[in-house]
Amino acid sequence: MSYSSERELALDRESQSSRFKTWVFFIVPILAILFQVYVPLFFNFLGFLELPLLVTIYFALMRRSQIRGLFIGAVVGLAQDSLSKNPLGMFGICKTLVGYFAASLGLRIDVEQPFVRLLLTFLLFCFHQFLYWVMARALLAQTYPFDWREMAILAALNSVVGVFLFHFLDRLREER
Amino acid sequence: MENLFNRYRNFTTLILVLFAQLVLLAYQVKNNKDVPFLRFWTVTAVTPIATVIEDVRSGVAGFFENYFTLRDVRGENKKMREELGRLKLENQFLKTELATADRARALAAFESQSQSKMLAARIIGTGTGANNKVVFIDRGSNSGVQKGMGVVTPDGIVGKVLAAYPTAAQVLLVTDPGFGAGVISQKNHVRGVVKGLGYGRCRVDYVENEQKVDMGEMFYTSGDDRVFPKGLPVGKVTAVHDGSTAKEIFVSPIALEDSPEEVLVILEGINKEIPAHQEPARQVYLGPDPASGAAEGAALSGPVQTTADKVMDRTKEIGEQQGHKFGVNPGGGKPIDFNIKLNPEAGKNGAPRQSVIGTPQAAPGDLLDGDVTDAPPSPAPPAAAPPKTPPQAPGTPPKTAAQAPAAAPPKAPASAPPKR
Repeated sequence: MSYSSERELALDRESQSSRFKTWVFFIVPILAILFQVYVPLFFNFLGFLELPLLVTIYFALMRRSQIRGLFIGAVVGLAQDSLSKNPLGMFGICKTLVGYFAASLGLRIDVEQPFVRLLLTFLLFCFHQFLYWVMARALLAQTYPFDWREMAILAALNSVVGVFLFHFLDRLREER
Repeated sequence: MENLFNRYRNFTTLILVLFAQLVLLAYQVKNNKDVPFLRFWTVTAVTPIATVIEDVRSGVAGFFENYFTLRDVRGENKKMREELGRLKLENQFLKTELATADRARALAAFESQSQSKMLAARIIGTGTGANNKVVFIDRGSNSGVQKGMGVVTPDGIVGKVLAAYPTAAQVLLVTDPGFGAGVISQKNHVRGVVKGLGYGRCRVDYVENEQKVDMGEMFYTSGDDRVFPKGLPVGKVTAVHDGSTAKEIFVSPIALEDSPEEVLVILEGINKEIPAHQEPARQVYLGPDPASGAAEGAALSGPVQTTADKVMDRTKEIGEQQGHKFGVNPGGGKPIDFNIKLNPEAGKNGAPRQSVIGTPQAAPGDLLDGDVTDAPPSPAPPAAAPPKTPPQAPGTPPKTAAQAPAAAPPKAPASAPPKR
């Protein structure tokens, strides 16, 4: 595929991108972070949910813009870092890359199908967790074990929740 | 150049954003410094909302709890139902108030008993990230909370303040892998450093294999770390075994067992003594009541007999058969023959047992079994071996012939000791 045809495809996909009201970009990530901070206090079993990551994936996929996707990921990730004990940038870098790749995929494939969303969320969750683990080992010298099976289960659970969450967030899109 | 940038605009932006974050990360790691303003903004933005949500949740939860309680008490009589509902609403409210007051009283009691200066706080949120064991409390630098202060409950230590913001503070829990505190064991006074494992338990490091630590032993803060004063409970040993270089001791932190909602921040810590170890009371075996078996049969009644008792009984019976009175016979008389075999019929019906005089056939071990011969008893006239009065013990009144049998009554079969 030549540069021009690739560019045309990208422009075509960008024209199909979903539009949201501005407040949605502020409120939804804040609610997702609040959920992660607050809800596990009372419902410990919901601690597996990575809502900030799911929100990042959703906005990046639906906006179909790599720059917007990476900035959404960076902001959500840095906010998440601010509430953790880790140095700022760990979640920021991971979610920046997740946002970029999710937007890149959104430009190339139809992300309206629930199964496609499920699969993409699963893969991007795995990528996020693995990247975080690599960075923690390489940059912070934190040596905690990496459990593939646990990650796969968490990714599957988050993917299922993600499909329903994306369906709900679709209602916040603006009509064209 | 501009065309090139436009073509790779997305990728270039990605590289720039990643590079900026890497620089930020490297600055923090290399200089061991934080970037407070970013955290400040986020925490200041999030924690007030969390506090409001917590207040709303408390109210809504109480409302719905009362609502569902009210639904359960719908009865036939409307007035009674309304009255019952009102009382239940009030009851629930008071229970909630009471529970809150109990917790507050426990905290206040602990605070008043402790000499350390403490500040009560409420947990309003958890930290993000899978391995992060941090929580947020609703007291911050405005209330005097500073970084590095210890956080406890009456049960034990909870963690330490990782960062203090104006309206809230971030607390690193004792189960976080980054947590460390000096501890000392209660019983054996072994010193070490407790560290979190990230999943609800802790490990005590730097304890040599030669030192003794028992299962179930309590660890207390040693005060060495200058964060926690000495004498605060940390946890109980759940597993201990020798490692390659040092002992591996796993501790269950007792303060986090019940997911505390209110905590105390130690503003000024004062050491106190570690409570003395008390051995748990050992279990004592209590046998069944001997009298309880009396109704089952006469053979089982009577005092518990030992081997020495059996020997004494048999000796007495042999003496009775030969007309010997222990402690009465005079010196120089015929010595008693202990090798005779006892007559099994003797002793029944109150009659003295007949002795079988002959060569000794019983082995010494048979004596304890109380064996009897099948040979017919040959009556041995008591007169054949008249009892001789032994030298009387000084101070003992002399016994008459009538008194003598009473002094050694024949053994009743009912009171015979059970054979073992």
